[in-house]
Amino acid sequence: MSVTELNDQTASARAPTVDAEEARRARKRRIEKTARWVLPLFVMVLMIWLWDRIVVWNDIPHFILPSPARVWNSLTGDWAILWDSALLTGRITLLALAIAVIGGAGLAILFNQNKMVELSLYPYAVILQVTPVVAIAPLIFIYVESKTVGMLLCAWIVAFFPVLSSTTLGLNSVDHNLRDLFRIYGATRWQRLWMLQLPSALPYFLGGLKIAGGLSLIGAVVAELVAGTGGVGTGLAFRIQEAGYRLNIARMFAALAIVAAMGVFIFAALSLLSHLLLRKWHESAIKRET
Amino acid sequence: MAKIAPFAERQDLMRVDTVDKVFPGDVQALRAMSLAVREGDFISLLGPSGCGKSTALRLIAGLSAPTNGRIEWAKTREKGDLGVVFQEPTLMPWATVAQNVFLPFRLEGNSYASVRDDILQVLKLVGLDKFQNAYPRELSGGMKMRVSIARAMVTQPKLILMDEPFAALDEITRFKLNNDLLEMQARIGCTVIFVTHSVFESVFLSDRIVVMAARPGRVIKEVHVDAPYPRDEAFRTSAEYAAHCRAASQALELAMEPAA
Repeated sequence: MSVTELNDQTASARAPTVDAEEARRARKRRIEKTARWVLPLFVMVLMIWLWDRIVVWNDIPHFILPSPARVWNSLTGDWAILWDSALLTGRITLLALAIAVIGGAGLAILFNQNKMVELSLYPYAVILQVTPVVAIAPLIFIYVESKTVGMLLCAWIVAFFPVLSSTTLGLNSVDHNLRDLFRIYGATRWQRLWMLQLPSALPYFLGGLKIAGGLSLIGAVVAELVAGTGGVGTGLAFRIQEAGYRLNIARMFAALAIVAAMGVFIFAALSLLSHLLLRKWHESAIKRET
Repeated sequence: MAKIAPFAERQDLMRVDTVDKVFPGDVQALRAMSLAVREGDFISLLGPSGCGKSTALRLIAGLSAPTNGRIEWAKTREKGDLGVVFQEPTLMPWATVAQNVFLPFRLEGNSYASVRDDILQVLKLVGLDKFQNAYPRELSGGMKMRVSIARAMVTQPKLILMDEPFAALDEITRFKLNNDLLEMQARIGCTVIFVTHSVFESVFLSDRIVVMAARPGRVIKEVHVDAPYPRDEAFRTSAEYAAHCRAASQALELAMEPAA
């Protein structure tokens, strides 16, 4: 880049398109920006079209594989039922996630502050995590009277561990010099935790939270499948099962689509939260010029 | 603000008295080190790597305890009496420049409003008053180091410990920071113990150079640089400076001999 060009840079930002090279680069940027949205959409449309064609060409009966149009009709036609179910599943998922965050982060802080507690409890946290929730769930529903509490417990068991382990890692990843500095200035244990360890652990915690968000939805769905319908209103997973018994495959797909959408929504919301909290200072949230 | 007393008339600040430091596995990091630190001294600990100069600094900071010997302060040490600058800037990445400099006060329980003027003043001193709301990642290496120095100076400590603070910076930035550091020290009137392995840096900055040797870490000689402050670029290019550098280099060669 020549000197005059450097001087002109601020001017050209206001009045773009100076030479062919710049125009070409701008065009490339625009294409890439559009492709990011258009390509996945195109793939989706293509898949739905293929699905439709396969059903029509092969004369597949709708109780085996419904056409996309039927699924759409089920989605709109049964919207009232599905929406109520989605609210229930969503409520369990979010509640479980909230308890997982409090429990996971709380345990991490407790373990970090007290070695004895960590030594005695950590193995059981791991055991709880590695035992498949599908295997524990039936037992839980024997002993826990309330279905809601049982479902929360299932979802919590799957979701709390990522928060616990990543927050623990974060609390222990404090810069050693900063730790020394706090010691020199006579910081109390509480000051060290609040001003040094918790901010250091924040990016790790948010990473664990993103995983926990997806897992709590899985936990809620599994719990519903195991719990059945007795007592509580019916969630999305139960709707899927119920529609299966009735060979209403279109509604199974419709409910599945809603579950998937909920998962995407949770992930997007947590990613946004993470971005907002870290964008000012953490490497992971900083946009780099490529 | 305290004015630095003439070299011969300085009061005792603290004393390192025949200190040994042995690390697990019988590694003798420091043997029989003695050093009398006086108010207003600019002391450089100069030596090859492994001579225990960083260990000595950690002992003085109270971050580790000596195996034998004693470290004593002339008067009782209070919370804000000691400032430290590490080899890395060691800033909290989640906090702004002003909040980073606020840290020593915050840990003492002061509110930001009550020390705001001190913070702005010290940021002006290091030339970063316009960057008080910037985050560390937005600053260059030299600027981060300035923030680190501002944080060490903001409580107007009696003693500042610096552990090779400019080693990772380019020479141009380092010269500039050397000049500025002397000016700031004169302003605050504090004592500095400065660890370095650069002969030129130690001669430019200090009035006492403590030359150390390795394996085991020990003091072998003290060189007095009697050139008057303030020192500036003219001093850096003078024959006097060159002569002092030669003296310090010769002392350092003495430190290297047994190992070579």
